Formats: sequence, C-alpha cells, structure tokens
Amino acid sequence: MSSTIALETRKVSKYFGSVAANVNVDLTVRRGEILAILGENGCGKTTLMNMIAGIYYPDSGSILVNGEEVVIRSPKDAFRHGIGMIHQHFKLVDLFTAAENIVLGINDGKKYDIKDVNRRVAEIADRYGFHVDPQKKIYEMSVSEKQTVEILKVLYRGADILILDEPSAVLTPQETNKLFDVLRRMREDGKSILIITHKLHEVLAISDRVAVLRKGEHIATVETAGTTESELTEMMVGKKVELNIERPEPKNTCDRLEVKDLNMTDADGIKVLDKVSFSARSGEILGIAGIAGSGQRELLESIAGLCHPVTGQIIYHNPKTGESEDLRDKNPVEIRELGVRLSFVPEDRLGMGLVGNMDIVDNMMLRSYRKGHSLFVDRKKPGDLANKIVDELEVVTPGTHTPVRRLSGGNVQKVLVGREIAAAPTVLMAAYPVRGLDINSSYTIYNLLTKQKENGVAVIFVGEDLDVLVELCDRIVVLCAGRVTGILDARNTTKEEIGLLMTSAGESCATDNDEKEDVGGENN
Amino acid sequence: MNPILDFIITAIPLGMTFLFGCVGEILTEKAGHLNLGIPGIMCVGGACGCLALKMMYKTGMPWPLVVIIAILASLAGGVAMGLVYSFLTVTLKANQNVTGLAMTTFGVGLTKFIMSKLSIKSIQYLYALKFFRFPFHNRTDALKYCGIMVFLGVAIALAAAFVLAKTRVGLHLRAVGENPATADAVGINVTRYKYVATLVGSGIAALGGLFYIMDYAGSYEAYKSIEAFGWLAVALVIFTVWKPHLSIIGAFIFGLLYIAGSRIPTLLGIEMDMSATPLLQMLPYVVTILVLIISSVRKKRENQPPASLGVPYFREER
Repeated sequence: MSSTIALETRKVSKYFGSVAANVNVDLTVRRGEILAILGENGCGKTTLMNMIAGIYYPDSGSILVNGEEVVIRSPKDAFRHGIGMIHQHFKLVDLFTAAENIVLGINDGKKYDIKDVNRRVAEIADRYGFHVDPQKKIYEMSVSEKQTVEILKVLYRGADILILDEPSAVLTPQETNKLFDVLRRMREDGKSILIITHKLHEVLAISDRVAVLRKGEHIATVETAGTTESELTEMMVGKKVELNIERPEPKNTCDRLEVKDLNMTDADGIKVLDKVSFSARSGEILGIAGIAGSGQRELLESIAGLCHPVTGQIIYHNPKTGESEDLRDKNPVEIRELGVRLSFVPEDRLGMGLVGNMDIVDNMMLRSYRKGHSLFVDRKKPGDLANKIVDELEVVTPGTHTPVRRLSGGNVQKVLVGREIAAAPTVLMAAYPVRGLDINSSYTIYNLLTKQKENGVAVIFVGEDLDVLVELCDRIVVLCAGRVTGILDARNTTKEEIGLLMTSAGESCATDNDEKEDVGGENN
Repeated sequence: MNPILDFIITAIPLGMTFLFGCVGEILTEKAGHLNLGIPGIMCVGGACGCLALKMMYKTGMPWPLVVIIAILASLAGGVAMGLVYSFLTVTLKANQNVTGLAMTTFGVGLTKFIMSKLSIKSIQYLYALKFFRFPFHNRTDALKYCGIMVFLGVAIALAAAFVLAKTRVGLHLRAVGENPATADAVGINVTRYKYVATLVGSGIAALGGLFYIMDYAGSYEAYKSIEAFGWLAVALVIFTVWKPHLSIIGAFIFGLLYIAGSRIPTLLGIEMDMSATPLLQMLPYVVTILVLIISSVRKKRENQPPASLGVPYFREER
C-alpha cells in the first residue's frame, strides 16, 4: 500500500473557537495522481490543505506521508516531507527576481550563487514546460507568471506533493489550459497534486479523483471518470434544510434599479464583472448567489458609486420624481442621497462602514455630519437614532457611547444594518449581513430585511448560505466568475440548480460567449 | 595647501560622520525598521567612547589599548541603545517613529550629562588622535583628518553593500524589510534578522559619534553638534536611495555641501555675514528633498524605501 499512497489524513479535525472547520477527515492521495478537492465556501477545503502544508496544526487526527506518521508544525516541516502549497495570495517579494524569490529561505550550506540558481530554475522550468525568465522582477510579471514562480518555488525545494489553492481563479481560460498541461506533466513525473476548486468543469477536465467536502466533513472520494456534474453538485450542496424564514408575497413591485451590461476589470487586468445585467424591484428581495469573489463586491460597489465599471449602465427609477437616472454619472454621496444604501459586512466585519474606536453615536454621525448647518456637529439626532437602533434591534451594549469595537460581531452588524435602514432607503444592499452571526441574530436580520421589503424597498441580499437564499429571497441572481449565469425564481428553484450555476462558468462561457473567446485569443 | 583642495579634502572626513550613521541606518531600514534614534545613538556612542578614554587613561594602560577600549565602549553604547530600540519596536511592536524620537531625545540628554561631568584634557585626545589619524597624524593640513577611521568607514560601507547584494544573509535581510510575511513563510527568522540588523546598525552609527568627537573635531565640546549630524545621516539614507556603496559618494557630497557655506565665500573672496552660514548649511537637506522628489517622480521600484518600512510585523494568526 505504502508504495502507491503518497499522503493520507486520518480523522483530522480542526476547530476555530467553537466552529468546526474540519471534522474527522480521511483523505488519501496516490502517487502520480491529481486529486480535486471540491466544496462550497467555508466547507473546510483550505483549512484542511493548510494543515497538510503546516500553516495550521490539527486539533486531532494524524497525517501520514508515504505511510509514515509525520508531525507538520510549519511550512518548513511540510517541505521536509516533500509537501508544498501554492496559496491563492502569492507570497513573493515584488522587488526580487523570480530566482531570488525561489531560493529565498533555502539554507543548503552551499555557497550562495544566484547564477547557479538561475540555471537550475531554468532547468526545472524546461522539464515541466513552464515559460519563465528567472531574472525577471516579480513586479513586472503578470498574475500567471507569478503563479508559475510560486509553483517553481515549491518544485525547487523538491516537493513531491503539491497543493494548489484555486489556481485558476486568477487565470484566463487560456492560461488555465497551460497550467493544466504543466500539472499533467508533473503527474507523469510521479508527483501528487491536490487542487482546490469550485469549478466543476475543471474538476472533470483535470482530476483523476474528486474528494468532496461539505461543512467540514469528507463526504466521498470518487473516480472522476465515473461521475457527473449533477452527482458532484448534489454531494457538494447536500440535502435541503428547512429554515422557515417568513416570506410574504411581494406587493406592488416595479423596477427600481436596472443594471445593464456592466463590465469591469481589476488592477491585474482580470475581468471581475462581465456583462452583468439584472433588475431589482421594489417590494422584493433579490438574492445574489455565487462563490466568494465572483464579482459580488465589485457589483455592489459599482452601484454605490465606490468603484467604476468600464462600460454598462445602472439605471435608477426615482420613485419620488418618476425620473430615470444613470447612477454612473453620480458620486457616492449623491447616490446615497437618492436612497441607495449599501451595508457591506466584509470578512473582518469592521473593515467597512463602521469605525471600531468610535461609539455608536459617532458612527451614526458618519452618515449625517454633512447635514449640520452650524459650526459644531449636532449630536442630538444621531444620539436619538443610536438609542432607537439599540432599542429596536436589541443591540446588547453597555450604552450608546461604547466603542463599536467592543461589541460582539452580531451587535456590530445590527448597528451597521440598522443605520442604513434608518435612512429610509429605496434600495438597500446588504452583503453578508449575517456573516458569523448566531441563529437568533440572523433571524433578526432576516426579519429586518423582510420588513424593508414590505415597506416597498428594493432589497439586494448577497449571501453565502444557499438555504437562506432560497427561503428569504424572491428572485436569485447567480454570479459565476463575474458573469450572471442565471436569474431564478427562488420559490421554484433548488439548491442543486443554484449550485450548478455557481460553478459552471466555463461551460456557458463556451456556448453563449463566443466573443470573449475571440478576445482571449488575440491577447494570446 | 591649495584652498580648493583643502575644501575637498576636509569634506571627506566630515562626510565620514554621516557615513557611519547612514550605513547603520540603511542596515536597520533594510530590515523594515525606521530608526530615528540614530542621532541619539551617535551621541551616546561618542560619549561612551570619551567616558572610557577618561577612565582608562587614569589606569595608566598603554595608549593604543586605551583607544581600542574607547572604540569598544562606543560600540557597546550604540548596541545598548539599539537593543532598547529593537526590544520596543520588534518585540513589543511599538510605533517606530515615536520610539526612535524618544531614543534621540534620551541619547542627546544622556550625552550632555556625561560630557558635562567629564573634563577631558587635550593631552588625552592627543593620544587618541595619534591612533585615529594614522598614517597622517604628523601632517598639519586637511589630510591629517583622513586616518584609519576614514578607511574603516569606507570599508564598512563596501562590506555592507556586498553583504546586501551578494550573500544569502543579505537576500534574507532584504526580504524581511520588503515582505516579512513572505520571509516568515519560507522559514526565515524575521525577529532575529530585525534584531541583528538593528544592533549592528546601531553599533556602526555609534562609531560616527566617536569619530567626530575624538578625531575630526578633537574636542570634547564637539558633542553638541552630533545630533545635527545624526539627522543629516538619516537624510543621507534617502539621498543614497538605501544603497551603502552610493552612501560613500553621498557622504562626500553632504560633507562638501555642509561646509560650502563657510568655504565658498572665502574661495571667491566675498565678504559674507556670519549669520548666513546656518542658511547655507541647510543645503544637504534641500538636496535630499530634491532627491526625494526626483525618485518619487521616476517611480523606479528599486529606488523606493523597503516596502514594509515602519510597519510592525504581526504573524497572521487565527
């Protein structure tokens, strides 16, 4: 057995506080195979890989390399056992050349000679079909070149087990194909490759076997050749959970916000929004589903005027005047004055919208300080508002003058959402408002959103949990890699359908987006 | 000696005072730590050297030994200051600007205290000068200043440049200053590099103070000017865009500019009011600002400060 199994985890578990990231995961990786690790956001894929790569240490369970139990406490330990991980966020020194980055931290006792390193890097690159100039500086490189350097860094250290965390997330389809060719060559060379991905078509294209994780548990490992997309999706999303969120029928709906053909590229030149079109109606909750980083943030920020799409329109139908206006011509303050409100809860919760060291009243003032007419700020109204929010939303706090930083996560989010709702918005965008909240606080937020919907507000809800999206929203827009892959009626859809649309950008890319392929071809 | 040649040759040893401070600061900044305590460290370095000289002289030891002990005491004083700075900023992750400024205030005050209690006779300096100004200690013109300390300064600068550019230690040190998280991920001991770079840098800077008091000025009153030279050393780091080998030329240019105010009018035969001299002594700073503007406009990545300069490093933990 030990001759074919390169890596094995036995009953590996990891908890962050009371949250289980991985529970008793058994995984085997054979020598010379590509194993895809598939799962939704937060299912513990990355945590599991980080444990193998020495970033985290498992709370229980054991890891075996070549049949022998090993202790991996640091990335250095992992390298000693021939394990190397290529992270989604590159760990490279921008100012150094490729070769300098590759050799960084290696202390093999030999004389440090960068020319020798250059030569050896070029050798490895040739063997697997990489194209990289060892003397090129990282800051002059494209994303895909940087990724190549990361892979070379791992190979240079003699890794036999490579872990790639969503390698295709930052690549164009052409670059992804090139990467896959390289991975296949490594497989032929006897290396074991673990690849984390949500893209089903990639799983089918590259992997030999697929391990599916759900909510931290290992569901199954299946041969890729003997499975289908729908079977994988079902394993990934699991059975439907009844939440019983109150959902009244939408009343008096009319188009409030129309997004038309929005395109946007990020600083690295990657398309983050690709012809996004949908409309948000008053009196209904529009859900936005998608794998993290599929363009949700950019979309909301475009509507709020915080970032600027390259092309497209954002038409706002003003209920007061009956006029239609393009929000792209306006600045964030004007957009807010129109009643378009954004409450975005980022991963670190406090990063956007609230100032941690300021108290609740001062945080209310962040939205109203412009309204004052005298030299001094008016604290009365924000103070009243703070009291009202604390009372109505049952914010647990010693008082309205406690720094927001000292409140618990749920209470911080109530303050954030409450402040935006208090402005009587016409469009309310709530991104991940229940992130990290317990069940009761989550329901408070759901009810708040539903109440806004009954008041005729067009609510846009960006969520992670598909069960919630299906039960809370009226319609769901599914985003995949910056593209709308479907607009569904939430009452007549299933998690499987959404899951499939969330992960299927590649296929629909090929069929309904020939144009993009052409553009890609020219760039190539 | 020809006055122009005299002007140029005087600038070389004066520049040495900046050079020691500058090379020390470059090493510290390459590890990502902005040490604004350099002026204080240079003062303390000078004071410790004087203190040791005075104490050892009394014991009647042979004079070369006395001078060597003075140099070691100066190094020790600098390293001790560096240790306080690195404990605060590396281990406790205190704000580097505030800590550095506090170190300068402390160092200058301490030096004033030590020096006012010492009364060093010029005869004691003469021994030191004989040592420091070798092989030119018998000359009477400007060349007499260009003794072993000048050669030592240039050697240290070249060595620092070599280590940074050509060795594994240098590569690791630069990585720590550019991107400590990356350095940490590949197994480089970030804390150790930061400590060692700061301590070595502080020691080198301390020699600058010693050199100025005991060699260039040769007077115990000279400690009063060291703080100003310390700030010039920090400015010189920017002027030479964090490159130790360029700092040799940079130090010379700063030396020229610093004394230009008093020398050029004489050279040209112009009568100038003495009160204008301090204005002309600002020239090095003006030039530094120009260098900053030019390097900012050109935006060449190689000429920018280390990317994580001044940012304390917290290991990501969850």
